[in-house]
Amino acid sequence: MEITALTALELGKKIKAGEVTVEEAVKAQLEKIKERDGVYNCYVTVMEEEALKRAKEVQKRIDAGELDDSPLAGVPVAIKDNICTKGVLTTCSSKILNNFKPPYDAAVIEKLEAAGAVIIGKVNMDEFAMGSTTETSYFGPTKNPWNTERVPGGSSGGAAAAVAAEEAWYALGSDTGGSIRQPSSFCGVTGLKPTYGSVSRYGLIAYASSLDQIGPIARNVSDCAAVFEAIAGYDVKDSTSVKMDDYHFTEALVDDVKGLRIGIPKEYLGEGLDPEVKEAILAAAKTLEEKGAIVEMFDMDMVDYAIPAYYVIASAEASSNLSRFDGVKYGYRTPDFEDLQDVYKKTRDEGFGMEVKRRMMIGAFVLSSGYYDAYYIKALQVKALIKKGFDEAFAKYDIILGPTAPTTALKMGENLSDPLKMYLGDIYTVSVNLAGLPGISLPCGIDSDGLPIGVQMIGQAFSEKTLIRAAYSLEQTRSYERPACVKGEN
Amino acid sequence: MREYETVIGLEVHCELATKTKIFCGCTTEFGGEPNTHVCPVCAGMPGTLPVLNKQVVEYALSAGVALNCDITQYCKFDRKNYFYPDLPKAYQISQLYLPICRNGHVDIEVDGVKKSIGIHEIHMEEDAGKLIHDEWEDCTIVDYNRCGVPLIEIVSEPDMRSADEVIVYLEKLRMILQYLGVSDCKMQEGSLRADINLSVREKGSDKLGTRTEMKNMNSFKAIARAIEGEMNRQIELLEKGKSVTQETRRWDDNKCASYAMRSKEDAQDYRYFPDPDLPPISISDAWLERVKAAQPEMRDAKCARYVKEYGLTEHDAAILTESRKMADIFEAAAAICTKPKEVSNWLMVDTMRLLKVHEMDAADLKFSPEHLAKLIELLDAGTINRPTARDVFEKVFAENVDPEAYVEANGLKIEADDGALKGVIEEIVAANPQSVADYHAGKKKAIGFLVGQTMKAMKGKADPGTVNKILAEILNQ
Repeated sequence: MEITALTALELGKKIKAGEVTVEEAVKAQLEKIKERDGVYNCYVTVMEEEALKRAKEVQKRIDAGELDDSPLAGVPVAIKDNICTKGVLTTCSSKILNNFKPPYDAAVIEKLEAAGAVIIGKVNMDEFAMGSTTETSYFGPTKNPWNTERVPGGSSGGAAAAVAAEEAWYALGSDTGGSIRQPSSFCGVTGLKPTYGSVSRYGLIAYASSLDQIGPIARNVSDCAAVFEAIAGYDVKDSTSVKMDDYHFTEALVDDVKGLRIGIPKEYLGEGLDPEVKEAILAAAKTLEEKGAIVEMFDMDMVDYAIPAYYVIASAEASSNLSRFDGVKYGYRTPDFEDLQDVYKKTRDEGFGMEVKRRMMIGAFVLSSGYYDAYYIKALQVKALIKKGFDEAFAKYDIILGPTAPTTALKMGENLSDPLKMYLGDIYTVSVNLAGLPGISLPCGIDSDGLPIGVQMIGQAFSEKTLIRAAYSLEQTRSYERPACVKGEN
Repeated sequence: MREYETVIGLEVHCELATKTKIFCGCTTEFGGEPNTHVCPVCAGMPGTLPVLNKQVVEYALSAGVALNCDITQYCKFDRKNYFYPDLPKAYQISQLYLPICRNGHVDIEVDGVKKSIGIHEIHMEEDAGKLIHDEWEDCTIVDYNRCGVPLIEIVSEPDMRSADEVIVYLEKLRMILQYLGVSDCKMQEGSLRADINLSVREKGSDKLGTRTEMKNMNSFKAIARAIEGEMNRQIELLEKGKSVTQETRRWDDNKCASYAMRSKEDAQDYRYFPDPDLPPISISDAWLERVKAAQPEMRDAKCARYVKEYGLTEHDAAILTESRKMADIFEAAAAICTKPKEVSNWLMVDTMRLLKVHEMDAADLKFSPEHLAKLIELLDAGTINRPTARDVFEKVFAENVDPEAYVEANGLKIEADDGALKGVIEEIVAANPQSVADYHAGKKKAIGFLVGQTMKAMKGKADPGTVNKILAEILNQ
């Protein structure tokens, strides 16, 4: 077996044991990227030189015994291109940041580097994380390793596809309305969207500040737990970050769901859900029940209102967050202009793609004088009700289970022309962000087109350990499946 | 011509005296090479996040308490969105929906008439950078040093009716803020800026006229001129049967005229909404009580204490306490040299004169109370005479020199050799028979001329008291 097919923790162990050097790992990964990325287009920037240099430094620290407590030491990682890396291009897959090299590292980068990670590159995404297919990237779409005519999902499509295609052992993504979970589902890998506030957002280029959260994408639950353990933590630089009682997430990797109360919202199995996905989700629930969990169906209100509320709030915040990209200080600037207004208009017109413009316009509209109460305030009220709905559900259940997305991976181009249809694909994921809860997506089957199906589990705020235990237990009932084309190439 | 009444409200921006900026650790120091007091946070780099400086809340609370406001114990920051190159995030973090203070008032007195000026609200916000137009290169450059310097904006009710009231209100406001230590309120450095909302109406009307907002005045005098100018401009329009346009105007103090910057139709929609990066601020009762308990002694209390404790007249006490800086120097110097009246004299006479000559604020005083006290001690011990002391004080005032070292270095000590002095006086007496005759004829003032001549001959290094004494002895022999 090639080392690129190992999980991150397995590789970490081999590096510690001296069976593989960090440099060998980096080189093997670079080799795979060279071989496959022409097809999948996962990477915006491959940091070959930096990664090789860093590999030597990390190896020294490992040899000196400095990283004994760090199971991921020496394992290369791919970073979504909206997370700032000092001196390394960070584009948000947008033309407007096509030359932007941040003068500082994001908090998660500092944490990963302290844990001995080697950053191997920056991965593709929907422009500014707006989209569910990674087709809105300025650097071209990423393709799904299971089927290159399919999208990898989004917005962390480059991250999920890289992990599935074994172009990365694990990756950091960001999730504002499903952007970690949905591509993980489409690419047959595991993605954890942590509780809002558990991972510092400092250095994550904001899309919607009140909803954004960084999290891991990997090939199994154990890797996700280990990465989350490395990046979680209170950060004074992020005023919305929260100190948790317990950061030992890998301790929750226990195959035991006896007595665990699991609720399935009936609304998550209704109209619009692909029957094959539905079948797989129910089968997963049954498996958990057989392992001793108590599974029930229940009614959850407000599900229909989650998408409009989400798009109002996220777009409003985005319209403000993305205003700073104006051609004055960094990033793209239009080459020809008459005056200041012209710089603004042309730079932003030429620098942003359609979907980003659409959301900024929605956002500016819902915040404008006279409409603020009717849209933005109303959306905040819906958000509060959704949160209340979850609180009520968690009085009865430990975990809420359902599909991650209504379908498996869509055909390229299918949704790009129909934004409303694309927005509806977020129906099972956005409420989790509105309520600030943790959610995980992991593979639970393959449909008749040979595409992976993802199941989503949602936990109470800061109950990641319960979530990890439930997901790990389910994962033990089936083995990890590699994408067909990756298998074929080996 | 009809009789008009002017209605004025003020928006005062005041830079807070914190050491660091409102949302990052950069220094707030004025000056500095362009873009040297800047970090990724205050430069609004993508991905950065604000972290509130608690001292800003403390200062805003302190100001709110002193201005008799209701405190909003659950308050929030909002984003004010607009595009301009001096605003690197393209939004200013400010407060709209839940400002920290509301419904306060300041009592003023103009020509013996007392009046209360309402404070609508006080809110906290960040300052923007500065644009500098480079004529030589014909381009505009941006300096972000001021970006993120904390401000409070104090919004008054439209309760003022004349330039005099406005100036008295501003002076009172400045005095209070300086006393609190909340701001140094230096208009020249822009740490106190006032925008004037002004309208006129026919006397007796209870309806407000259309108002304009005037910006860019950088001294109290400019404010007074701008008010007069705008009042006259509006009255003239109304007299001609025209109407006032609601707009923002920029005052040009050199031309003593204003011009329109933007009209209400061009007014931007700032799309305010709560900043999701900053959790709401919860001000506990205990915190508020702590701020109240820590409020410094304010002017009225200080003034009364000076009369009682130091035996100063009410007039002198009032002048000394006009600025906190002056009062602080007074108290410190008086404590060292134990001569409060003498300290008061130096501050009231020489210091005030020099402030006027140099067009300075009391807040700009640079000399240390120790040096003033030492100067008084030198004078008291007869080491120097009063005219010399005056000259030395100018040096203390300008450069904060140590008077003892300065006197020594420049050989300004009084000649203690009475024999030599007596010889000089005898020569002067001999050379001025007319003055001696005048003195003996009963014109006792003639002695003053002889003292002056002696001092001149001694190059100032004699004690006038001693000269007087010896002269009287010689003349009365």
